[in-house]
Amino acid sequence: MRHLRFWFPVLALAVPLLLLVFLSGQFASAGVQRLVTEALIRLVFAVGLYIFVGNSGVVSFGHMAFAAIAAYATAWQTCCQMLKPITMSGLPAFLRDNTFPLLPAAITSVALAGLVAFLSGLILMRLSALGASISSLALLFILNVVYSNWESVTMGTSTIVGLPIYAKPWIVLGCAIAAIVIAYLFQVSRWGLALRATREDEVAAAACGISLYWTRLFAFTVSGLVAGLGGVLLAHFMGTVSITSFYLSLTFLIVAMLVVGGMRSLAGAVVGVTVISLVIDILRRAEAGLSIGSMQLSMPPGTQELILAGIMLLILIFRKDGIMGGREFQWRTLPDRGLSQGESSIGNQRAARSEFVSLEEPTAKRS
Amino acid sequence: MANFFQVLIDAVALGSLYALVALSIGLVFGVMRLINFAQADYVTIGAYSLVVPTASITPSLLFGALPTGLMIAAVVITVTLLALLTERIAFRPLRNSNPTTLLIASFAVSYFLQSLVMLLHGGRPKAVSIGGSLTRAVEFAGIRIPGVQLLTMGVAITLLLALVFFLKRTPIGIQLRAAAEDFQMARLLGVPANRVIAIAFSISGLLGGAISLLYVIQTGTLDIRMGMMPVVYGFFATVIGGMGSLPGAVLGGFIVGIVSVLLQTYLPVDLRAFRDAGVFGLVILILLVRPQGLIVTSAAKERV
Repeated sequence: MRHLRFWFPVLALAVPLLLLVFLSGQFASAGVQRLVTEALIRLVFAVGLYIFVGNSGVVSFGHMAFAAIAAYATAWQTCCQMLKPITMSGLPAFLRDNTFPLLPAAITSVALAGLVAFLSGLILMRLSALGASISSLALLFILNVVYSNWESVTMGTSTIVGLPIYAKPWIVLGCAIAAIVIAYLFQVSRWGLALRATREDEVAAAACGISLYWTRLFAFTVSGLVAGLGGVLLAHFMGTVSITSFYLSLTFLIVAMLVVGGMRSLAGAVVGVTVISLVIDILRRAEAGLSIGSMQLSMPPGTQELILAGIMLLILIFRKDGIMGGREFQWRTLPDRGLSQGESSIGNQRAARSEFVSLEEPTAKRS
Repeated sequence: MANFFQVLIDAVALGSLYALVALSIGLVFGVMRLINFAQADYVTIGAYSLVVPTASITPSLLFGALPTGLMIAAVVITVTLLALLTERIAFRPLRNSNPTTLLIASFAVSYFLQSLVMLLHGGRPKAVSIGGSLTRAVEFAGIRIPGVQLLTMGVAITLLLALVFFLKRTPIGIQLRAAAEDFQMARLLGVPANRVIAIAFSISGLLGGAISLLYVIQTGTLDIRMGMMPVVYGFFATVIGGMGSLPGAVLGGFIVGIVSVLLQTYLPVDLRAFRDAGVFGLVILILLVRPQGLIVTSAAKERV
């Protein structure tokens, strides 16, 4: 029972996903299965980003850089043995002349993404929250410039084709659930709780002896690892890797998913991915053309982003904490005790704090 | 030696341009704690307002067809109104939110405007030519300087000086600086919040319009992401200079511009494509030494 209560927030997310994949595998068309797989890969990205952004309250625009690093790393190891010496002549000999098995390739790629996240985090996490956000954008630009111009190793802006396609629904589902479990275990660990404390109040947390730097750096690394996992999956789902697919549009999409679902809870990340994936699918159909009776309607390109950005703004203005409002799916039949206590005590603290703020409001308000 | 002067002039021209961008970002950041991504789209929309919205890649001119003075006025007014509109619709309801929420909101506004441009004008880059006579080079003491560089430098430095004068000498400018320093204190002393914020946005719109014109004269192309790069450089300029510090923003702008030109000139040809990465890398190195930026204001540290 204790275990059930501890794992309930994960189960409440994983079981519906499991059912979704099972049902779509049984009854749905190949097109729908593809959509589900794509959404699950985005889920890995969103949960990866959530591990850092949700717990620390610092936005990162740089996570697609880690995804790109892992995607390219797995492409170097598993792709096109015949063509590699010609198209990617600048690769080190052991990569250029060998093809590696898929699993070790995936693991090393994810580890590389984590390593880069750790190294860049060493610098970025020294900055203030806003400075770190802006500089994480610098990270994305640096990677984009380097990979777009490093012709002999990354083929520049051209697409690497011919990766083995193994990211089938069940494998992606496994990875998505793994990402959710990692995120959950992190957020209930002492590191996660410490980081959430810094999110609520940097100064008070520091006064309690929490190191802003190390807690953020730890989360940034874990989150980079998961983003790398997403990158590997995306590469082996599409069978192609191109640097342009890991840039601002994907960043925007994932951030929008977090905002809409609510970036303060894991359930928010998952709900956000679900909702936005549905909206995107509807819009994509509408962009392709919609026939009502004899009328043929189709929306011009750009509408999809316009509507997504609009939804995101409305959520920010009218429901700042997103659909889930920062809550997890909790096991409610028993009084809150034991392991979930840490979580609820932070909630109480926040309530107390916001009361305090509201007393101060007349002077604090900026309107 | 002549070559050195050319490089120097390039560096100052680009530096002053980035200083303008950084200042427009810094002003809004100062009064609202908002890092405005949409600044990029003010520049883009300013440039696109020169042409008639069609999907064609060589569109006919809209504001671009007006006489120079009117054209400048029309573009600047369009962008200023746009800036005020975004403030009123998107940012005012969020004024009490934390900086992170504001940052995300401006990211969304930026994406919204960008898709709007794409919707109206199509996604492909376009060619447009205004101010053709300015692209001729001017010979001066043995150095050939492209007219555009002179114009950019002249306009940017004039605007910069005018802005400094405005901020230092006029009552509204002083209120603005006070608000950027400590918004609450300024309000307690009777500075009207809505007005200073509106003025900060108008200035950022005005500068956005000017930058978009200079940019179009220089490149002759329109692209839906054209505002992105200068504004991102502007962000880093404000971060280097110290967030919330207006002199810091200008200083940061010059540093970024000068470094960019120096790398462009002195990097080996093979590595030149990586220039932007070099500039961003350098930004991060500066931050490593001074995480708070070069000029630290009292606003940088959260008060308890």
